[in-house]
Amino acid sequence: MADLYPPIVNGKSVYDLNSGKYLKMWQGPQHPGVTGNMSLELIISGDQVVDCKTHVGYLHRGFEKLMERRRYINCFPIVCRICVPEPDTNEYLFAAAMEELLGVEIPERALWLRTLNLELSRLASFLMWTGGQSGAFGHGTVAQWALAHRDYVLDLFEEWTGARIYHMYMTPGGVRGELPEGWTKHCEQVLAGVEKLLGEVWHVMFNNAVFKSRAVGLGVITPDMIDHFGVVGPVARGSGMQRDVRKDSPYLVYDKLDFQIETETAGDTYARAVVRWKEMHQSISLIRQILKNMPASGPLHVTLPNVLHLKVPAGETYVRAESTRGEYGYYMVSDGSAYPRKITVRGPSYSHAMALLEHLAVGVNIADTHGLMLSLHTYPPEIER
Amino acid sequence: MKELYDTISLQFTLKDFHQQKPNLAFATAEKQQLIALLTYMRDVHRYTHLVFVTAVDWLEENRFQITYMLHNYDIKADFGIRVMLDRDKPVMESIHHLWEQGRVYQRELHEMFGIDFPGSPGVNEPMILEGWQGPPVMRRDFDTAKYSLETYDHRPRDTREPESHMKEKLYPED
Repeated sequence: MADLYPPIVNGKSVYDLNSGKYLKMWQGPQHPGVTGNMSLELIISGDQVVDCKTHVGYLHRGFEKLMERRRYINCFPIVCRICVPEPDTNEYLFAAAMEELLGVEIPERALWLRTLNLELSRLASFLMWTGGQSGAFGHGTVAQWALAHRDYVLDLFEEWTGARIYHMYMTPGGVRGELPEGWTKHCEQVLAGVEKLLGEVWHVMFNNAVFKSRAVGLGVITPDMIDHFGVVGPVARGSGMQRDVRKDSPYLVYDKLDFQIETETAGDTYARAVVRWKEMHQSISLIRQILKNMPASGPLHVTLPNVLHLKVPAGETYVRAESTRGEYGYYMVSDGSAYPRKITVRGPSYSHAMALLEHLAVGVNIADTHGLMLSLHTYPPEIER
Repeated sequence: MKELYDTISLQFTLKDFHQQKPNLAFATAEKQQLIALLTYMRDVHRYTHLVFVTAVDWLEENRFQITYMLHNYDIKADFGIRVMLDRDKPVMESIHHLWEQGRVYQRELHEMFGIDFPGSPGVNEPMILEGWQGPPVMRRDFDTAKYSLETYDHRPRDTREPESHMKEKLYPED
């Protein structure tokens, strides 16, 4: 192992690619599963990674720049496009930041419906992750199951909001519409299906010798690395951290729901997968609680002044929410005009995908780098915004 | 949060305190004192989580604002520290030794706003806009619409009515 690593000259490792000892290999930018387009510049020795550099920029669409040139309401249709598997968090945070600066409070029933929407999208995103993680370790069957069930959840969204991926449901000031008739029944059918699936996933994936032997001990994150690398979400909870934005700084109606922060202590890929598996059960339980306790009727939104001429008072704020990858946040600065001065999107996997992945990939077998990326739940569009 | 502000003010020069929410406050710090202030906040007041680093371009006042958002997991509170930089010579000290992800944020700010962070690893390498030759794109005086009109030629579109097109293609003699 010691002679695997190259000499360091002027503080930088020098890889002699002609020595026959090292090989430079690019993984990506085609994404190996559901991680989004990002490429890893790997230096390998044999089949072991000795150096990793992440390259992003394949999905840059300049959202933050676009938003500076648009009125607030014109920004709303584009924010959800920042993150494909979980667009609702963006909608909620944009609306919440705007409402906070405007001093608007939304009705009770809208709070419940927003929470329902966020939890359902968390479930869909976790199912997509299950597909990616199992696929990365060669479990194509589990991937097909999980993605099929994600589609059932998307069907629920389609029935509810009219759209499968970009729902644009949580408009500033409230929510866009009522739950359709019979939706609750359909939702319960889908949840029962997902619950059954989770049991099967546990047997087929988590108890599988191949999955275990590859995931256990891969990419270990120790508790002292958490703050140093800015690790959040299930990745931090997999290392035993009791941190969840829904509990720490409750938003919407999370303080009225009964749930526990799910943690594991090993800090490796397997522990993170178990945390996410438990959180899928948690999401199902939360959705059921919401449907049971939600007020039966009530106003869905407040009337905002003409949004095309709306000026937001000068000020700045930061709002956060728990997405499947951890703390998602919007920092909004207004100069008192009809256009935002600056909106910064704090993507949860920003630090995971760059600094942390470069650190963890060293020493990993090249076949396991996909699984490692998936277990950190990297998502490049959040990095390049 | 006001007590915290008053405590820090004994050692550091702070101004423009603003409490946005019960657990979120902002204050503006001196550029020279920033690294000491961040270290002090992290090690003494347990603001251990660097949430994000971002910049705001105040073009009219000819300055950049860098915001460092810190979070304390014990008391679940956020403190945003603003620093004002001269827009003509935007140079800031690096925080990569305090938080590992700091270098990624700094690399992005260098590329998007042209703010330099001497000593930050890889800060001069392109991150998102590989091969970009123009001015830093997130500066407010960079006009994206004007740039694309000047750089890219207008591509005329050849539009045809389906009915007449198919008729022309299938029965040219008619």
